[in-house]
This record gives sequence, structure tokens and C-alpha cells, in this order.
Amino acid sequence: MAQIRQGLNLLPAEIEGFITDVRESRPRGLARVLSMVENGHPLSSMILHSLYNPDRQGKTIGVTGPPGAGKSTLVNLLIEYWRNLNRQVGVIAVDPSSPFSGGALLGDRVRMQTHASDPGVFIRSMGSRGHLGGLSGATRDALEVLTAASYDPVLVETVGVGQAEVEVASLADITLLVLVPGLGDEVQTMKAGIMEIADVIVLNKADRPGIEQLETAVNASLEFMNDDAARPSVIRCSAQTGEGIDYLTCAVDTMLSSEVVGQDNAKRRTTLILNGIIREKGSDIAKKLISEKYGSITGAIEKVLSGETTPYMIGEMFSGFLEGIQEKDNGSKQN
Amino acid sequence: MDRRIRILIGKPGLDGHDRGAKYIARSLRDAGMEVIYTGIRQTPEAIANAAIQEDVDFIGLSLLSGAHNYLFPEVARLLNEKGATDIILFGGGVIPEEDIPDLKKAGFKAIFTPGTAASEVIDFIQNEFQSG
Repeated sequence: MAQIRQGLNLLPAEIEGFITDVRESRPRGLARVLSMVENGHPLSSMILHSLYNPDRQGKTIGVTGPPGAGKSTLVNLLIEYWRNLNRQVGVIAVDPSSPFSGGALLGDRVRMQTHASDPGVFIRSMGSRGHLGGLSGATRDALEVLTAASYDPVLVETVGVGQAEVEVASLADITLLVLVPGLGDEVQTMKAGIMEIADVIVLNKADRPGIEQLETAVNASLEFMNDDAARPSVIRCSAQTGEGIDYLTCAVDTMLSSEVVGQDNAKRRTTLILNGIIREKGSDIAKKLISEKYGSITGAIEKVLSGETTPYMIGEMFSGFLEGIQEKDNGSKQN
Repeated sequence: MDRRIRILIGKPGLDGHDRGAKYIARSLRDAGMEVIYTGIRQTPEAIANAAIQEDVDFIGLSLLSGAHNYLFPEVARLLNEKGATDIILFGGGVIPEEDIPDLKKAGFKAIFTPGTAASEVIDFIQNEFQSG
């Protein structure tokens, strides 16, 4: 940490201004920084570098589940709960971007209108921008920014998800999986993936028919868990009527304040962030190599179509590049 | 950099006729923009707050009830107060011709009345975005 603090003194004044905006949670500057992070602005890495704190105290909660399960409505009720305790609440709500136009309709705010003019609540909508896994590529960084701005807790609402979008669980301190009746039989609850990552399973729309069968199926699938694995709590509620919300907030609070939750989170989160950065930078380097050799990715595709090479041969070119680096390393060690 | 145009589409006041707002929101989405749709019955305060938190480039307000002469300028005033004068405002709905000059004076760059093609709104936004 000491080195990071030292580095801060060397930053240009412009960056320091943004960092102050975030730390003092000034809405305009904070919103600007979130855009810079989302757009991959050249200054965003240095801003994140200065704000990153693996030991931060602010808690984060992931809310995931299928489309229309009531995630936003539930988030709206959770905001209310923490506002009544005088906590500043942050929300990042991700909705899908179009694979064709790149545009997005970000509509989660519609269900969170109760808090629209409350200065203690900061809600930011994000398009997934081609990122798979229920989040956007910049969600992890936006979360660091909002926690650095003293929002505690920060809720992350994923895109409506299916079965395998589990990234949110690595990112957030605890994850709520929202399920509703009527989406399939008990085989669905036996499948690997999303059923395995929840800390709390919320059975929403408990006023609807089929809730008994859903609860039985979920509980039955949890029977198969290893004895040493932490079992998620299963809570029935209705975000519409507010029934059962007390049980949910109580379970979430207990979990957030438990020692066990805090222990691995910094490591888990850092792993996720570093892996993401490795993936992005690796992809940048690969694109640069392609451009050097073929002009562009389209150029490379043309060469494949004209029979000069194959995608696999291009892949081999990267392996050759890596070997080149290794040989250079070995050479320099021998000298 | 992956910069996309961000727009808030909102309906201030008590008017619940949201078909026009939804149509525009959907058209802008298909034009590659990120549209934050906030739904009906918004206070000007809620719209201004949301626009700032979402760091939008534009706000489009839709109103069919006749209360535009109060609600539209009120959103502009709040944005001014919060130092967000760079956000470009436009409006649409059932707006009499004679009200348009005053709305423009209040800070609205364009007012689109019934019959406007979505492409006209998209062109307006893209032109403003490029020149801004």
C-alpha cells in the first residue's frame, strides 16, 4: 500500500481532481469517472490504480436470476432497507447490449423510482457491451469506484441470466440468486452452474402458484451438497407485496457481518480483476500482432478465405511469438 | 476507447401515455445508443438526478398532457443548478407551435411534434454529438 500511496504524488493534477471527486462522492465527477472506466479512457487505469484498496470495508452484493424474476424490484426494497439505516447505497444495474447495433435499453431504473431523488442513493445503468457472463467488462471496475466513494453496500444487478453466468459470485461479497415459480421442473435445480454460486436463494413471487414445488425442488437439490460446503439460505418472499423481505434482509446482514465472508473476498476479487486484465491485455497484444502481419483482423480473414492460411496457423504464430520471448529470456539469463 | 452516446428518455409529470417515449427509446437503441429509460410519472428532480448519475449526453422528455411549459423548463433549471449545462435537452409530444420558442429559450435544442420520423430524431442527436 505504501508504494501505491507514493505513486499517488506523481499523478497529474487532472487525475487528482477525479480522485477527489470520487472520494468525496460528488455526483457529477463520480459519474464522469464511471464513464471513463466504462469507455476505457486512457486515464482510467491510473484512477483505478489510485482508488484500488484490497482491504476496503464497503460490502458488495450481487443480485442475479432469470429475466423478469423481479431482481430490480427486489433491489428497490433492499435500497429502502439500508436507507432506513442511514447507509449510502450504490447500485450498478447491467442490461444487455444489442449484438447488432451495440445499443442498449437500460430499464432497471423504472423499478427503482422510489429512490430517484434521494441523494444517498447512486444508481448507474450499464450496457453489457458484448461481455458474456451477465455483467459488462467494466462492472468490476465500476464496483471499485463506487465502494471508494463510500457507498456501502453496493448492489450489482446482473443481466437476466440462464444457467452458467456465474461471474458475479467472484465479484461480489455475497450473491443472491432470485428464482420464480413456473420456469421448469426440478431437473433445472439439479444442474451445475448458477445453482451452485448463491449464498442466498430468493424464491420471489411467493404469491404465485407453483411456489411450493419450487421450494421443494430447490431444497431437494441442496440435499446433495457436500456436508462441509456452506449451504445457501432459501428465503421465500414477494418483492411486490413486501412479504418475507424482513427475513431476506436479516439473512443478508448476518452474512455480510460474519467473519467468514470477509476472509477470502479480497483474494477472490483481486484474482478476478487480474485475470480480466490479463485477458484484455492479451487480446490487445494478439490484435496488434495480427495487424502487423495482416493489416487488420479482416485482412487475416481474407487470407484464410483465399486459402493462404487457416485460423489455426495464425494461432501457431502466437505460440511462435511466445517461444521467441522465452528464448530471449533464457539467452539473457545465460549471459 | 469505446464511447457510446448515452441518452435518458423520461416522462415528467402525471401523463401516462408512454408509447411515444418507448418508440423513441427503442429506435435510439437500434441506432446504437445506450438509452436509459426511466418510465412514467417522474419529478423534474428525479430526471435531473438520474441524468447526472448516468452521465448522459442527452435528455429527451416526452409529454402529452399540456404541462410542458412548466415541467420542461424546470428540468433545465435543475440541471443548471447542478452544473450540468453540457447535457443537451430535447423534447417531444403534443406541444403547440406557439410554445416552442419559449421552450427553446429555456434551453431545449429541439422539440419534435407528432408525425416526426424517428430518423429525424436520430439525425439530430448524431449531429449534435459530433459538433459537441
